[in-house]
Amino acid sequence: MPAPISTPPLRPLRKSPPGEAQVWLTALGLTLGVTMVVGLLVLILVRGLVVFWPQHVTEFTLREGAASAIQGKTNVAGEVVRTQWRRDGGGEEVQLHIGNKDIYGFNFHWLQSLDIVSRHQPADIIAIERLEYGDAFGRPLALVSTDADPLPATDPAFRTRLTAAVQAAASVRHQITQIEKHDIGRINRQMTSLARAQKSTPQPDFPALQAALQAEYETLAARARDLRATLSTPSLQYKSPTGDEKSVTAGEIVRFYFPNELGLTGRIGIFFDRLWEFFSEEPREANTEGGIFPAIFGTFVMTVLMSLLVTPLGVIAAIYLREYASQGVIVRTVRICVNNLAGVPSIVFGVFGLGFFVYVLGSRVDQTFFASSLPTPTFGTGGILWASLTLALMTLPVVIVATEEALSAVPRGVREAALACGASKWQMIQRVVLPSAAPGVLTGVILAMARGAGEVAPLMLVGVVKLAPSLPIDGLFPFIHPERKFMHLGFHIYDLGFQSPDSEAAKPMVFATTLLLIGLVVLMNLTAILIRNHLRRKYAASTF
Amino acid sequence: MPAPISATTTPAPDDAPPPATMVEVRDFSFYYGAKQVLHSINLQIPEKQVTAFIGPSGCGKTTLLRNLNRMNDLIDGIRHDGDILLDGTSLYDPSVEVISLRKRVGMVFQKYNPFPKSIYENVVFPLRVAGRNGRAELDEVVERSLRSAALWDEVKDRLGESAYGLSGGQQQRLCIARAIANRPQILLMDEPCAALDPVATLKIEELMHDLKKEFTIVIVTHNMHQATRVSDYTAFFYLGKLIEYDRTAKLFSHPGNPQTEAYISGLFS
Repeated sequence: MPAPISTPPLRPLRKSPPGEAQVWLTALGLTLGVTMVVGLLVLILVRGLVVFWPQHVTEFTLREGAASAIQGKTNVAGEVVRTQWRRDGGGEEVQLHIGNKDIYGFNFHWLQSLDIVSRHQPADIIAIERLEYGDAFGRPLALVSTDADPLPATDPAFRTRLTAAVQAAASVRHQITQIEKHDIGRINRQMTSLARAQKSTPQPDFPALQAALQAEYETLAARARDLRATLSTPSLQYKSPTGDEKSVTAGEIVRFYFPNELGLTGRIGIFFDRLWEFFSEEPREANTEGGIFPAIFGTFVMTVLMSLLVTPLGVIAAIYLREYASQGVIVRTVRICVNNLAGVPSIVFGVFGLGFFVYVLGSRVDQTFFASSLPTPTFGTGGILWASLTLALMTLPVVIVATEEALSAVPRGVREAALACGASKWQMIQRVVLPSAAPGVLTGVILAMARGAGEVAPLMLVGVVKLAPSLPIDGLFPFIHPERKFMHLGFHIYDLGFQSPDSEAAKPMVFATTLLLIGLVVLMNLTAILIRNHLRRKYAASTF
Repeated sequence: MPAPISATTTPAPDDAPPPATMVEVRDFSFYYGAKQVLHSINLQIPEKQVTAFIGPSGCGKTTLLRNLNRMNDLIDGIRHDGDILLDGTSLYDPSVEVISLRKRVGMVFQKYNPFPKSIYENVVFPLRVAGRNGRAELDEVVERSLRSAALWDEVKDRLGESAYGLSGGQQQRLCIARAIANRPQILLMDEPCAALDPVATLKIEELMHDLKKEFTIVIVTHNMHQATRVSDYTAFFYLGKLIEYDRTAKLFSHPGNPQTEAYISGLFS
């Protein structure tokens, strides 16, 4: 006898049907993740961009004999960084960015609120960004030059004259850089190659050639010296808030402005001016000032190089694993090993890179191709090529796994069609399977890029430096210099935040650099995603 | 629906002299591992005729078809006894390169499977893998193949576009154009209309009628009406055995075997 058909009663709609709680749980998980990511991004964005915004400068009058006064003076001025309550109940305290490091020896200072008598923001305070010692705040006194009378700050032409002087000095500095980096650099290289050639095959006219180069060098050096001398005048005399009279040459001034009388447009102008300087200039002052262009460029070149190295390697390996190897115990073991490689700490890859690429491969290359310049190593020391190779090795599992997945997702029908057309197995893989799998491969490359671009630890062993004298790609033959050391945003963050002599001054730069690193990774990933979407459209799988 | 097709189909009369044999299957048995799926098949496929394989699911008809171009080689653990001869040469002769065999035996699959390439590149694929890249030759092959597949007029202005932009029926005709691009002797069709709607099916059936002037066609079909409409010869398979093989007209009107009769009258499927 068959079982009777069950007829459960039709119940009215419940307030929470079974399983609703789990839906909330999944939503909660997502919310938590999104909140943390967005929070981190907003924090970095705000703290990173605020660095470039010109702040007001507040002048404080302190009570007589205040404990938090500087050098016993009752006046102090600076940008207010933050205000906080003291834990020991001693009232409020204010952190100031007082600048004038050449006078005080420090950049930041805590003021006790109890000591403050009054605070105001005088319009005549000038903020000077200098090549050395960071910012200076004070009141301008006069523009002094050797060939004319001092121009007092009260003169209506004072600001235009100062602006002109600063601009003129900037162009002279640019000329000096050109001579020193470009022309003298060229002579240096010629001398080195001459000396190297002399070592292998002595030439009779070697001393004459050397003397000619030396003479050319002397002329250029003299020109640079003369230009540098013109930078010493005119100079700006100013008085610090605490009453010290100082002077700074126009050649030392990067930028000046009057922070308290600046309008919104002026502030925006300075904001973008500083932002551009940050993007495009080289660092100054132990990396805490100036720009980070070499680090941006180094990170970009290294990541691109790494992707170019890891993609073919990973794809070839995955093709063999998935398409050719018979799927037995050995292949399964290899696959597990490859996957576990992704879990090896990155510093281990760094050590391997140093030991194998730099010490073994690099020194071999030096002995074979650059024997004349030994004992100075060419490839036998850390460089962008070895760093990229190390990272390529580190990200290889990601590409292999993604490619294998993509290959196995290529429909059987298309493979059979290719074989039925008389294609060999390799022709089938190359002409049909790989194009279909390309978007999946790119997903792996995107993941690899994201991981590689942000990696720091292994790079410290194989070629990243605090300050690289030249870029890995430039206008000098052979244009790409894979042996050069390079700067990297990730290492720059570490260096600024933890190795810098003035960590308080470097802190804003840490945020700005982080922002830039994230931006760069996002930009490169977006490019790869666009390519992938293009391929997806092109090779859109039919309804298999 | 069948009316216009029977008008275009002219099965050979019973008393016509038998055409030359293109493929000869001799005492052929086939095993997937320990499982025997074909039992001592003997079959002669005539030249420039349409031969249909019919039978219920799992009867081995697709397996036999896929042995005609050795597509089953891709599967692990297969084994066979007996032989299959193409023009008198054994397909399984050690000196036969499987690639050269597949150049002589084209195949169209149940589910249309164009490559992720342009229409043009899909058609010329068999030539490209054969190392023939001359532009003039390729252009000519594309036009001729697409015309043969009755697709030229529909796609001639968008040869550079992706094949995936075509409708299902067009994609299947593109696959036919691809299969005949390299001028194979034999065209294997594995249920070519299973994934298509009746209108597209009609077009493919008309096409087969034209194609058999040049090619020997072997078609596997579940649809007995289709077999009667398109084929000259029909082979009925059941449980891995060839039950009956005869001219289509005869097999369907006077089946010689009670199992055939039961199948074609719909008693089992």
